[in-house]
Amino acid sequence: MADDINNPDSGNTGKKNEEDMSTSSLAAVAAGRQSHAPATQALGVGLEARGVHAWFGDKHVLNNISLDFWPGTVTALIGPSGCGKSTFIRTLNRMHEFIPTAALAGEVLLNGEDVYAAGVDVTKIRLKVGMVFQKPNPFPSMTIAENVLAGLKLAQLKVENKDDLLEECLERAGLWKEVKDRLGTYGGSLSGGQQQRLCIARSLAVRPQVLLMDEPCSALDPGSTLKIEETIQHLSSSVTVIIVTHNMQQAARVSDYTAFFLSDGGPGEMVEVGPTSEIFSRPKDKRTENYVTGRFG
Amino acid sequence: MSETRVIPAKRELTTKPRLSDKVFRGVVTSGGLSSLVILGLIFVFLLSEGFQTIKSQGLYFLTGSQWNAVVTDAGTIDTKQSHFGIAAMLVGTLICASIAVIIGVPISVLSAIFLTFYAPASIKKLMITIIDLMAAFPSILFGLWGFFVLGPSAEYWAKLIHKYLGFIPIFQMPADFYTRSPFVAGIVLAIMIIPIVTSISREIFSQTPLDRIQAAYALGATRWAMLKTVAFPYARGGIVGGTMLGLGRAMGETVAVYTVLNIVYQINWHVLLGAGGNVASLILLKFGEAGPAEVKALMAAGLALFILTLIVNSAADAIVNRTSKGGR
Amino acid sequence: MSTTTVKPQKPWVASPKDRVESVLVFIVAIAISAVTVAVTPMKGKLAYVALFFISYLVLDYFFNRIKRGKAAGIDSVFRAIVGMAIAIAITPIVSILAAVWQRGHKGLHLSLFTTDMHSAAPSDPIINGGLLHAIIGTGLLVAFALVISVPLGILTALYLTEIRGRFTRPIKFLVQAMSGIPSIVAGLFILAAIVYPFTKAYNGIVGSLALSILMIPTVARTSEEVLRLIPSELREAGVALGGTQWRTVAMVVVPAARSGLVTAMILGIARIAGETAPILLLTGGGDSVNTNMFHGSMGSLPFYIFSGLTTGTDESITRAWAGILVLLVFVIVLFVLARFLGNRKVGK
Repeated sequence: MADDINNPDSGNTGKKNEEDMSTSSLAAVAAGRQSHAPATQALGVGLEARGVHAWFGDKHVLNNISLDFWPGTVTALIGPSGCGKSTFIRTLNRMHEFIPTAALAGEVLLNGEDVYAAGVDVTKIRLKVGMVFQKPNPFPSMTIAENVLAGLKLAQLKVENKDDLLEECLERAGLWKEVKDRLGTYGGSLSGGQQQRLCIARSLAVRPQVLLMDEPCSALDPGSTLKIEETIQHLSSSVTVIIVTHNMQQAARVSDYTAFFLSDGGPGEMVEVGPTSEIFSRPKDKRTENYVTGRFG
Repeated sequence: MSETRVIPAKRELTTKPRLSDKVFRGVVTSGGLSSLVILGLIFVFLLSEGFQTIKSQGLYFLTGSQWNAVVTDAGTIDTKQSHFGIAAMLVGTLICASIAVIIGVPISVLSAIFLTFYAPASIKKLMITIIDLMAAFPSILFGLWGFFVLGPSAEYWAKLIHKYLGFIPIFQMPADFYTRSPFVAGIVLAIMIIPIVTSISREIFSQTPLDRIQAAYALGATRWAMLKTVAFPYARGGIVGGTMLGLGRAMGETVAVYTVLNIVYQINWHVLLGAGGNVASLILLKFGEAGPAEVKALMAAGLALFILTLIVNSAADAIVNRTSKGGR
Repeated sequence: MSTTTVKPQKPWVASPKDRVESVLVFIVAIAISAVTVAVTPMKGKLAYVALFFISYLVLDYFFNRIKRGKAAGIDSVFRAIVGMAIAIAITPIVSILAAVWQRGHKGLHLSLFTTDMHSAAPSDPIINGGLLHAIIGTGLLVAFALVISVPLGILTALYLTEIRGRFTRPIKFLVQAMSGIPSIVAGLFILAAIVYPFTKAYNGIVGSLALSILMIPTVARTSEEVLRLIPSELREAGVALGGTQWRTVAMVVVPAARSGLVTAMILGIARIAGETAPILLLTGGGDSVNTNMFHGSMGSLPFYIFSGLTTGTDESITRAWAGILVLLVFVIVLFVLARFLGNRKVGK
C-alpha cells in the first residue's frame, strides 16, 4: 500500500529517518518506559503517521512526517508558529480536507488501517479520533448536558444510560462538581476554562481512542490552563492524547513524548522526536536546543 | 535530511459521503439552483410571449413612441397598422429614475456619513431603525402619500424652479400644467431609494480601516479633512454600486409611479410638465384594457424592463463586490 | 501629607460654555430666518427652512472660523450639511406616518374587521362594509408564498454557506439579480407561464406564486447573512464528533441560527405584504371573503387600497387610507419583531 503512494526514493529516505529516530527513542527504554519507536511496519495498535505531506493549494506546508502515537501516552507537538503542527494533527482525523484546497500524501494508520483508504467512512474515523479546538466552542443552542451528549446524537449512537455517561464524562473532564447543579443551563454561561472542559467532556462521550488537542489552553487564563493540564493527565491512562502547544512548560508538564516541528520558510518538518525529558535536557539537534532554551521561536 | 527532500505525488482524497449526506447535498443544491431556474424561466416565457411583437415591430419596438393596437375583424392583431414602440416609456423610465438618483443619492450618502461619523450612539440606533423601517413600507403607500401629501407641495416647488431656472431647457413648460409631473414622481422614487442607498453607503463607510482614520487624525486632520482624504476615496466604489442598485429599484417601480404620475404616452423631456410614465406603469395601465394580442406586446415590454433592470443590477453587484473585496 | 482626591474628568467633552454658544448660533439662525420671512416677500415653509439653513451655515462657519481657524470653519460647514441631509431623509417618514394616521383613522370603525365589501358601494358611508376579505386574502396570499419561498430561500442560503460548491458565485449573483426584479415583471411571468396556459382565470394561488418570486431573494439573503455568522468552529466541532454534514447542519448549525432564520422569514413577509403590482395582474380582487386559494378572485389589502384610490369618491379614498393604516401597522409590527429577534444573541 505504501509503495503505491510513495515513490521508492521517498520510501527510502523515510526509512533512514525512522532509523535515526529509533536510536533516539531507545533512550526512552533506558528511562524505564516502554519503547515506542516509530516502526516501518504497521504495528496494528495506536495511531501512526507514515510519511505525511500536506498542501494548501500549491503551497507545500508539511514535509514527510512519520510519527507513532502509542496507547496511553501523551505526545506534545511543539515548534514556532506556522511550522505545520496544527495542520499535522488535522490530517490525523481527516479534518484537513475541510479546507477546499487541501491535499495530502502519505498514510495515517489507525490500528493498522489507513484512514485515507478509499471507502473508509470518515465519520467513523472522527469518532475514534476526537478533537478539542483552540477556542472553546460549545454548541450555543444546547444546554450543558445536551452539549456533552451531542456527539451521540450527531453520530446516531445508542447508549443504555445517558445520565451515567454524562456524569462520567464530566467527571473525567474535571467539570462535574462545578456544573452538576446546572446541567440544564446553556453552555455559553460557563467561563472560558469551563467551556473548554465541557468540550473535552463532549469529545469523551463518544469514547474516542485518540484525543487531538489543538492548543487547547491558548485562549485561557493560567488557572484554567492548570485545570486542563490536570484533566489531560487523568485522561492519558485511557486515551491517547496528542497536544499541540506553544507553551514549552506545558509540554514538559503533561507529555511523555515531545516532537519538535520547524519550518525553514518551506514546508514544516519534524526535526526531532523523543521522550520529553530527553528533548528538554539533551536534545540531539542544535535547532531543537536553540528552541527549547529560548534562543529563538 | 533536507537535501534529499523528495516530494511524493499528492494523494487523491476520496471523501465518500454517506447516503444521507448525498441526499442532503442534492436537496440543498437543487434548492440553491432555484434562483437560476426562476430567472431562466422568466426570460424564456417573456421572450416566447413577446417574441412575435418584437419581430413584427423590429427596431421600432425600441425607438418608436406610439402604442396603439389595431384589431382586425377576425379578432387578431393587425401587425401592419398596430404600433408598439416603447421609446416614450423608456425615456420616461430614465427621466424618473435619474431624478430619483440625483435627489436621493446625495441625501443618502450624506446621511450615511452622519450616521457613521457624526451621530451620537443613542440617536444613531434610532435613526438607523427608522430609515430601515422605511425600506419595508409598501410602494402603494409611497404612491398614496406622493399623490395626496407631497404632490401639492412639489407643485409649488416646481413653479419656483420654472420661475428661476426656466432658461434651462428641461425646466421649460410648453403648457401651464404642473400636477403629477415626472418631477414629483422622481421625488417619490428618491425617497423610496433612500433606505437602500443609505444602508449600502453606511456599510461601506463603517468598513473604513480604523488605522487610516486614526492616522489622519494623528496628523491633525479635522473630521472633514479625514473624510476627504480617507473615507471618500475608500468608499467611492461602493457608493457608485449603491447608486446603481438604487437606479435599478427606481426603474422597476410600478404602483408608486402609476399613482403619482399622469401617464401620457409621449416622449416628454420637460420634467416639470404633468405628463410621462415608465415601462412598468405602462404595463399596468394598458393591461386592464388589453386584448390577448396586446398583452403579448406588454410581455415584450416586460422583457425589455427585465433585461434593463438585470443589466443595471448586475453592474451594481459587480461594483459593490469588487469594492468590498478589494479593501483598498 | 495631604491626600488629594482625584476625580475622573473628560476634558474632551464640550464644556457648558461651548454648548451655550452653539445653541446660540442655532437660535440666531432661526431668528434671522423668521425676520426675513416676515419682512421680505419670501413666504412659506420652504422659505423658512431654506433661510434657516443658509443663515445657520454662514453663522456657524464664521463663528468657528473666528474661534478655531479656517479648517474648523470648513469642518463645521460639512457637519451642518450632513445634519441637514439626515433631517431631509427622516422628514418624509415622519410625514408619511402622520398622513397615514391623520387620514386613516377616520376610516376605522368596529365592523371594519368583521365585514367585507360585497354589499357596500364605493360611495356608501364609511361605516358600511369592511376589509375582512382583504385581511383574509392577504393572510392567505402571504401564507402560501411563505410555504413556497421559505424552503427555497433557506436551501439557497445553505448552499451558499454549507455546500459552497461550484455554483456559489453564480448563485450569489443570481439571488442579487432576482432581488432586483420589478414586481410587475414577476406578475407578467406568472401570467405567461401559468395563467394563460393553465388556469386561464384569476385566483389566489397564482398571486402567491408571483409573491414568492419576490420573497425568495429576501429570505435567501437574510438567511445567508445569519448562517455566515455561525462560527465555523461549531461546524468543525460537529464533524469532529463524528456527525455527518447533514446531521451537523440539522442539529448544530440551523438550531444555532434559529432566531435569525425566523427574522429572515419575517422580513420576507414584510417585503411582500404590501406588494401591489402582481396582485393587480393576477388575483382579480373581489369584494367578498374567499378562502379558496384555487378558485375565484381573491381580495387583498393592496388591492383594496388601490381600488379605493382609483374609484375616487371621498369615502373610497378614506377607505383606502384606513386600509393602508392597517397594512402599515402590520408591517411595523413585523419589522419590530424582526428587530427584536435579530438583536438577541445567537442560540438563545
